[in-house]
Amino acid sequence: MTTNLIEARGLTKSYGDFIAVAGIDFHVAKGESFGLLGPNGAGKSSTMRIIAATSQRTGGDIKILDKDPNLHGPQIRAHLGVVPQQDNLDTELTVEQNLYVYGRYFGLSSNFIKNKIEELLDFAQLVEKRDVKVDALSGGMKRRLTIARALISEPDILMLDEPTTGLDPQARHILWDRLFRLKEQGVTLVITTHYMDEAEQLCDRLVVMDKGKIMAEDSPAGLIKTYSTKEVLEVRFGSERNAEMSDKLKPHCERIEVLPDRILMYADDAEKVLEEIIKQGIHPVTSLVRRSSLEDVFLRLTGRSLIE
Amino acid sequence: MSITTKPKTVKPYGALYVAEYRIRNMMRFKALIVMVSIGNPFLYLLSIGVGVGALIDSNNLIDGVPYLTFLAPALLANAAIAGGMDETVFPTLHGFKWGKIFFGINSTPITGSQIALGVFLAAMARVVFLVTIYWIVLYLFGALETSYSWLAIPTAIFAGACFAAMMLALAAKMENDNLFFTFISRFVIMPLFLFSGTFFPLSAMPIYLQWIGWISPLWHATELGRFLTYGREISNQMLFLHVAFLSVILIVGLFFAVRYYTRRLAK
Repeated sequence: MTTNLIEARGLTKSYGDFIAVAGIDFHVAKGESFGLLGPNGAGKSSTMRIIAATSQRTGGDIKILDKDPNLHGPQIRAHLGVVPQQDNLDTELTVEQNLYVYGRYFGLSSNFIKNKIEELLDFAQLVEKRDVKVDALSGGMKRRLTIARALISEPDILMLDEPTTGLDPQARHILWDRLFRLKEQGVTLVITTHYMDEAEQLCDRLVVMDKGKIMAEDSPAGLIKTYSTKEVLEVRFGSERNAEMSDKLKPHCERIEVLPDRILMYADDAEKVLEEIIKQGIHPVTSLVRRSSLEDVFLRLTGRSLIE
Repeated sequence: MSITTKPKTVKPYGALYVAEYRIRNMMRFKALIVMVSIGNPFLYLLSIGVGVGALIDSNNLIDGVPYLTFLAPALLANAAIAGGMDETVFPTLHGFKWGKIFFGINSTPITGSQIALGVFLAAMARVVFLVTIYWIVLYLFGALETSYSWLAIPTAIFAGACFAAMMLALAAKMENDNLFFTFISRFVIMPLFLFSGTFFPLSAMPIYLQWIGWISPLWHATELGRFLTYGREISNQMLFLHVAFLSVILIVGLFFAVRYYTRRLAK
């Protein structure tokens, strides 16, 4: 028995001619919080659906809890909690009914579910909403309910596909707090996201995906260390002049990325770079010094920005 | 709070859990369901049975019985069919498309086949309920002549099951719900209702239209119903044929329902 809950080798998924997942290798250890980071269409959701044992792979191998999902779908799903990208709650039932019905699908006893519901309503901060129809909940509440629903069977792996997409900043932070608590309790999390701040907050280790392939794999800090500098200086000269300024700026930093609206200058001390270029008589319209993020890693790996 | 049990075995009753959910969902409309189940036969019997029946000269028996008696088994089977369709078409479209609920159910140990069968079973629960009430109303109107007319209840349910199974498959297969409603309901369901010997004997129709009745579960179930409620003379071979036809439709319908449900979920 390995300590890896998920092990994939050469995992492939194609729909006709279109290859969504192009032979990827990864593993997820028990208690780990593992992230799949990439832009829309990178193959994250396809990978998730294979792990969730609802979509069959077209090539390669994957073992989830030591079982092949193509052969043991229901047995594997009994151990998973799935939070899909789009909430698929029953909007006509109440919060409590949604949890109850879902627990029944796992064959759990009424008694077990009733106790568990109390615990989960509390966890999802929905105690007062228990008798409210799902239709009437806010986006953030629906999301928390979907997560609570996924936890009803005390899963060994909780899978979250874009957990905070479409939520306002406050709702996102509440959700992150809840997920962080689960992580502290030792729940194994598999998360997809295209938000680098989310990946940095929640993931112990992540793979960066693009066009169905894995571009890099490490901890968020490790990735930044390998693929970027400590800091970044963002300067703007107005969209006309950004391109022509880049040659003058190049000697002052380790690496430079010219984006349509701004120039990113990579250096370990960005403040110093800014001082230097001003000394040279180069005066950007705006300038910003910040720490490197996964966004920079992604830009480096793919030459494209994460959110397009 | 401490929770001690942590059951993780896959239970074989998946379809029943889905049926439980569907019935729970129907219960939100229980008052409406009861009202419609009672009101519908009353309206039909008053307007068509009694009203149209009065137009037809009372000496002028149809198939040897008063018009109301002739009509009753057809109405019974038709009610079963309508109920069976209601509880399969809408839940299927809702589950796959409008609310994507089936994808959530399929994230649990429940399989596509179990979802299809669960929706079917819940639909049948509704059909059993409404057919029983319908039969009681028919009885009160004096539309049933034999002492064993209650046997028409299972044959009507049989017809409802056939339609429920077919609609389950069709609704899962057709991803365009507009097409489903405009085409299937207007050009398939409606003609089956009108040309299945419902309001007059199939033999009264020109031969080139009679085939619609032959392929219609409604006609086969109505014939069985007429045999059971007023003793219409039907040969043993024909009785066997009616039962066989309905059985084939039911089995084929369920086979494809399970198949299309499973495929659509795995997409």
